[in-house]
Amino acid sequence: MADLRSEFVGIRSPNPFWLASAPPTDKKINVERAFRAGWGGVVWKTLGLDPHCVNVNGPRYGVVYGADRRVLGLNNIELITDRPLDVNLREIKEVKRDWPDRAMVVSLMVPCDEASWKTILPMVEETGADGVELNFGCPHGMSERGMGSAVGQVPEYIEMVARWCKQSTRMPVIVKLTPNVTDIRQPARAALKGGADAVSLINTVNSITSVNLDDFSPEPSIDGKGSHGGYCGPAVKPIALNMVAEIARDAELAGLPISGIGGVTTWRDAAEFMALGAGNVQVCTAAMTYGFKVVQEMISGLETWMDAKSHARLADIVGRAVPNVTDWKHLNLNYVTKARIDQDACIKCGRCFAACEDTSHQAIWMKPGRVFEVNDAECVACNLCVDVCPVADCITMERLPAGAVDPRTGRTVSDDHADWTTHPNNPSRVAAE
Amino acid sequence: MTAPLLTPGIAAGRLPSEAITRNFADAHPRLGAHEAVVAADRCYFCHDAPCVTACPTAIDIPLFIRQIQTGLPEAAARTILSQNILGGMCARVCPTETLCEGACVREAAEGQPVEIGRLQRYATDALMAAGPQPFARAPQTGRRVAVVGAGPAGLACAHRLATHGHDVTIFEARPKPGGLNEYGIAAYKTPGGFAQAEVDWLLAIGGITVETGRALGAGLTLDELREGFDAVFLGVGLGAVNALGAEGEGLPGVRDAVEFIAELRQSDDLSALPVGRRVVVIGGGMTAVDAAAQSRLLGAEDVTIVYRRGRERMSASLWEQEQALARGVTIRCNARPLRVVGEGAARGVEFAYTEEGPDGLRDAGETFTLPADQVFKAIGQCFAPGAGMSLEMAGGKIAVDAVGRTSVAGVWAGGDCAAGGDDLTVTAVAQGRDAAESIHGALAG
Ligand SMILES: Cc1cc2nc3c(=O)[nH]c(=O)nc-3n(C[C@H](O)[C@H](O)[C@H](O)COP(=O)(O)OP(=O)(O)OC[C@H]3O[C@@H](n4cnc5c(N)ncnc54)[C@H](O)[C@@H]3O)c2cc1C
Ligand SMILES: Cc1cc2nc3c(=O)[nH]c(=O)nc-3n(C[C@H](O)[C@H](O)[C@H](O)COP(=O)(O)O)c2cc1C
Ligand code: SF4
Repeated sequence: MADLRSEFVGIRSPNPFWLASAPPTDKKINVERAFRAGWGGVVWKTLGLDPHCVNVNGPRYGVVYGADRRVLGLNNIELITDRPLDVNLREIKEVKRDWPDRAMVVSLMVPCDEASWKTILPMVEETGADGVELNFGCPHGMSERGMGSAVGQVPEYIEMVARWCKQSTRMPVIVKLTPNVTDIRQPARAALKGGADAVSLINTVNSITSVNLDDFSPEPSIDGKGSHGGYCGPAVKPIALNMVAEIARDAELAGLPISGIGGVTTWRDAAEFMALGAGNVQVCTAAMTYGFKVVQEMISGLETWMDAKSHARLADIVGRAVPNVTDWKHLNLNYVTKARIDQDACIKCGRCFAACEDTSHQAIWMKPGRVFEVNDAECVACNLCVDVCPVADCITMERLPAGAVDPRTGRTVSDDHADWTTHPNNPSRVAAE
Repeated sequence: MTAPLLTPGIAAGRLPSEAITRNFADAHPRLGAHEAVVAADRCYFCHDAPCVTACPTAIDIPLFIRQIQTGLPEAAARTILSQNILGGMCARVCPTETLCEGACVREAAEGQPVEIGRLQRYATDALMAAGPQPFARAPQTGRRVAVVGAGPAGLACAHRLATHGHDVTIFEARPKPGGLNEYGIAAYKTPGGFAQAEVDWLLAIGGITVETGRALGAGLTLDELREGFDAVFLGVGLGAVNALGAEGEGLPGVRDAVEFIAELRQSDDLSALPVGRRVVVIGGGMTAVDAAAQSRLLGAEDVTIVYRRGRERMSASLWEQEQALARGVTIRCNARPLRVVGEGAARGVEFAYTEEGPDGLRDAGETFTLPADQVFKAIGQCFAPGAGMSLEMAGGKIAVDAVGRTSVAGVWAGGDCAAGGDDLTVTAVAQGRDAAESIHGALAG
């Protein structure tokens, strides 16, 4: 059986599944239920200095649905904890005492001055918590007050606050990044410079999920008005995966531990984050949608997959996909594929035809009897037909072997690597040796 | 006193009236809003969708389902009704398993088609509940068209003509319009007076006058209509019932199934409707299935359908057959009636076993007798040409071209009375609509 025990910046947990700092982790009663369900650790809902925050008293979530009201994306306008600091600290201490084998990280957000950070850190240390996460990500409400993503968008601030924190605590410091930036490597580099032990990402994405077309108010509507919220859930996973990969493959950031967050919903998502360099993952929306029990599917799924692939421990999978993330210019232009439609699996819906004919390369024939076939002389191998086909594995991409002639270009396929850097159409190509 | 269920012969009140009410309740109630969205989400929005090809009225099914999905069932209904003004009835009575749903690619994918019929009902019910029929008339043309028969074919024709601004008079022999929607379709498919409500809703477009109790052939001739109107459409359905040709057919207790069904449909107290304790239905179509199933629902103890060929040859779809079986009907195949036996009233039917041979059906040499207090003949209806109708015929029906033109200038026909259809509500609607377009073209030209 694969060993799922995890050690992230020295913090041990029985598995790599932590609950992200959010409503699932905002009090003892939830966190204990989560631990009973099997979660490996939590990042406690972000603490601030008293007087504590208040939340709106109307709806704080918006939603984007897929088929059958499946939650694809959630957006929220919730602020950091709305309970007094001492209540949270007391509960954190109690939970850590009763669940010593689980990771207990405390998320923090206080004003951007040294005194505030130096006030709160010893209080957290006193609870016995394993580490702190600096919330530089919250994109709504708190950012209007110069905290959260307002800090996370200025690398100098990140570096400064990280340094203050490292100077005043023995606990590992994780910096949580906002995705609401153009280049995620800049804030990550700042965190590293400030001495942070790790980064976690992503926090939520600036968003408006929908507009009420009766009263023209953005949702969630508070008395007819809405403000942008933070988007999370399965819809943000691709954004998060890319940002994790950008950090993982950056030479300046080599070795910086990453806690992967954003749309983790199944074991498979978790495995993908870890393959792209995340040492562990944090989950919020999946737990908020389905309850704490989802972790059991994540644990057993990860174990089953690792066993099937003979990966004995997490270290065997972390970062395995990173060397395969490259720049476009290095992609092999001699890799030539064609779409193939399995006529036995085809249910004749014609979606591939509509997609290719209307919006791609007119490379699918619709023949009498609703028989759909690929015209290799037109197929550019874009993959759209594969993506829109409702039947898994009905349309696949087949590589043309070296020596074959691509009927579209009339050229013989070579098994040499050839990419844009050496392509004759590239004005700044490097001459081939 | 024997229990009502066991009363011999033909008797009313075999079941308590609450049981009858329950038995005749809506067989497939309207989907709820959530169910509808879940069902709609399954549609793949196919290219050149096979379901549309399979619908005789060519409703744009993927489009209307997407409209339901996006929260606009009334827009969905307009998509449906613009092709098929009786989309509400069709949603209830179409054998979707052999039409649209039979062609659904999800039937191929997982043996479970998108529930097109029920989604269609969801949309049309929503629109009908919300208000009047949504079509406006073009400016009046001053042209007048006579439509004979207020069944699905005649109504569809009249409505389409009215939208084009023509004035229509429908001559209908029966006291109520609707045709078999009102007098034939199984009661549990269209409860709650839906057939009349739909006719009223349809007629609200205006420009259509319905004269009931006016039969072509009885004081009204085709020549008179041709003279008095700019065009004539015949949608008279099938007026006669095929004879059994078996000995004892005249005994009391032997009856046409369509007549029994019409009486059932017009009854406002089904517990007062007499039915046999043991019922034999002869035939293999929708009428046989409906007569048998509804006999059971009225409380008949034993109901057997006897069909002369194999199960697969029955014209009632497999699904319809299963509906009958689920209601406790027995289906026996490969037997033909020889004689109805009984003194003064039917007591049983003697059948000969049959087999399919190289030159057709032949007797297999053995017989059996089923006890029966009531025998329903459902071996098919046929066209009964009225007096003075000298139209060219094809296969016992009025010969028509693709748009419904008959051999006589200015006369169109469609629905069950015209050759080439499938004897379904939806084909009658399609033919009525297409004939209206042809008439409109002819009048404009
Ligand atoms: C018992 C039964 C069950 C059925 N169940 C289904 C079903 O579930 N689904 C389905 O799709 N189809 C079903 N059908 C078939 C369907 O009802 C018919 O195909 C459809 O009604 C045909 O429409 P129509 O307008 O051509 O004829 P009809 O509905 O028969 O209408 C003809 C109209 O013309 C009138 N008429 C006749 N002669 C004259 C005259 N001389 N002068 C004036 N008016 C006249 C009649 O009174 C009638 O109103 C069923 C049929 C029967 C008998
Ligand atoms: C209602 C809600 C409140 C949140 N509050 C916090 C918070 O206080 N501190 C924080 O660092 N992140 C907060 N987050 C962000 C989550 O921790 C997480 O980064 C984000 O939801 C992406 O993960 P997911 O896709 O698994 O939900 C919150 C998210 C939600 C939905
Ligand atoms: S891969 Fe793209 S171009 Fe080729 S058949 Fe599919 S949709 Fe058309």
